[in-house]
Amino acid sequence: MSEKNHVNESILSESILEDQKENRIDHMKYLPGMEQIKSDVMDQVVAAMNGYDYTKYTGKDVRRALAAEDRTPEDFAALLSPAALPYLEEMAQAAKIETRKHFGNSVSMFTPLYIANYCENYCIYCGFNCHNKIHRAQLCEKEIEEEMAAIAKSGLQEILILTGESRQRSTVQYIGEACRIARKYFRVIGVEVYPMNSDEYAYLHECGADYVTVFQETYNSDKYETLHLAGHKRIFPYRINAQERALMGGMRGVGFAALLGLDDFRKDAFATGMHAYLLQRKYPRAEIAFSCPRLRPIINNDRINPMDVHERQLLQVVCAYRLFMPFASITVSTRECPRVRDNLVRIAVTKISAGSKTGVGSHSEEIADEDKGDEQFLISDSRDVDEVYRDLQKLGLQPVMSDYIYV
Amino acid sequence: MDQKKDTFSLGGHEFTSRFILGSGKYSLDLIRACVENAGAQIVTMALRRANEGGLANILDYIPENVTLLPNTSGARNADEAIRIAHLSREISGSSFIKIEIMRDTKYLLPDNYETVRAVDVLAKEGFVVMPYMYPDLNSARDMRDAGAACIMPLGAPIGTNKGLATKEFIKILIREIDLPVIVDAGIGRPSQACEAMEMGAAAVMANTAVATAGNIQMMAEAFKKSIEAGRLAYLSGLGRVREDRADASSPLTGFLRDDEREE
Repeated sequence: MSEKNHVNESILSESILEDQKENRIDHMKYLPGMEQIKSDVMDQVVAAMNGYDYTKYTGKDVRRALAAEDRTPEDFAALLSPAALPYLEEMAQAAKIETRKHFGNSVSMFTPLYIANYCENYCIYCGFNCHNKIHRAQLCEKEIEEEMAAIAKSGLQEILILTGESRQRSTVQYIGEACRIARKYFRVIGVEVYPMNSDEYAYLHECGADYVTVFQETYNSDKYETLHLAGHKRIFPYRINAQERALMGGMRGVGFAALLGLDDFRKDAFATGMHAYLLQRKYPRAEIAFSCPRLRPIINNDRINPMDVHERQLLQVVCAYRLFMPFASITVSTRECPRVRDNLVRIAVTKISAGSKTGVGSHSEEIADEDKGDEQFLISDSRDVDEVYRDLQKLGLQPVMSDYIYV
Repeated sequence: MDQKKDTFSLGGHEFTSRFILGSGKYSLDLIRACVENAGAQIVTMALRRANEGGLANILDYIPENVTLLPNTSGARNADEAIRIAHLSREISGSSFIKIEIMRDTKYLLPDNYETVRAVDVLAKEGFVVMPYMYPDLNSARDMRDAGAACIMPLGAPIGTNKGLATKEFIKILIREIDLPVIVDAGIGRPSQACEAMEMGAAAVMANTAVATAGNIQMMAEAFKKSIEAGRLAYLSGLGRVREDRADASSPLTGFLRDDEREE
């Protein structure tokens, strides 16, 4: 795929932008068909985030947090503050000890599979957004099976199924069918698709999925509103409550993430941790996972300048998640290069993708030749499964393909 | 003394080694050396890690002469544990099953109530059932009555290396339950394993403490020796440990005389 062929109409055309701005719907109001659950988790997360003043923390607070045996939200707040940056080496060492205690030297491997890239949302930073004139595609069942068979040959046993966020094109039944096919080839099935109702999550669970990841992108609803101009995704509370609906639907685990750099990353990371913390308290059986994406170059996006999250800040966030929730799974994105990823797995990351492709139908040779759907973002780690496997072993780590059983 | 004769029994099988070794949290190619250094005759394995046909199947790394003890980790209730036990017997061929039921991902504390239910069903089906449990006497009695082969109380939460945090309650189980009591989880160092054995535990199970050591094989051996030392101490009858105060005299009973003569 060549980037030159693509024109991001939405960014170039002021008239579309104006139209979107004028006709934006209330992002805090549920649309018809969206399930409203009784939960105060969102309010608690937002209140905690709004109350988080990271400038008030000092080195003393950070040392107290590091020395604590069981870390509180207040300790987590200190560890995410600028005052913690001088303690980054100590944080990394403490994080490593926690990681080894809970996970030993195991690191899980998986790969994402994009089965469609149709999207009804207009998120101005995303390569898949509905105004981006990219190649759209959706795999049929036969193609999904071919892709999965090709991936399974690599030895992977965990798959993450992704779609763009189009309920019309990628229906719940369609995603469910993909999960059923996945059960033939994989032991662990996760989905990263549009938020849905709890009965729909229950259906996907029945089809074989047990993990649901939803990126909140930013927990600042005012900022969220300016970035997600149209589509279901615009509805902030429906998205933030997705993990809880997934747990209500019987999913074993849920994943959380803010796209660091969209807004104030310290506040977003704090909100992400609090979101996970509060849901785990409410649903103690829930397995918790964090992803740590930060803004990296994506198609036609060079006119947006993200708030910078450099490697030091990224590591700080990863270590703070680990020290706050030692038992949580932490995934690092292929947006990061091999040097960063290999070092993060030595410290706190416990899950790593391999052989990642962010386009539709890129795994099996027959489909890839047709150049089906374009990529969502450019990856910085193109290592295949064997390479990642060997590199983990070289680091003294143990690649694990499955530590899971569907019951 | 001849340790060959000092055995304990699980479901009719005799064991001389009192160190049950976990196989998680460290590289598969170290398992064999660990088992040898530990002198272990029983090795636990999470069934969810046994991926038949996949890369690096843990089953291929466990020596054939040891008894495989699959566990049901991942189960959140009795029904799930029972299903995993059935799968486990199919895949591993072992009728031993260690029941682990957790519905809490933070501390991984066992659910005694669901565990009793699972013991009841699986013991009737002929499994050698070894329940991981929170050291509660009532639950332990229920597990015994339901047909458990032993009782496996936790010393401290899994992975914490905090040692015998529940010591007093484990002592009660050792006194009251006429089954092997095997201390499982939380044992962080050989001295703690030794203490559990001195108390009269039948065996000790450890994983994280070995897996997170600088030299894994050497730590396996250290545990083996400490467990043997603790067992010998228990068998030899521990001397009374004196309090800090010296008590040479008998201030309250010194007036007693055998001839009861009046003065």
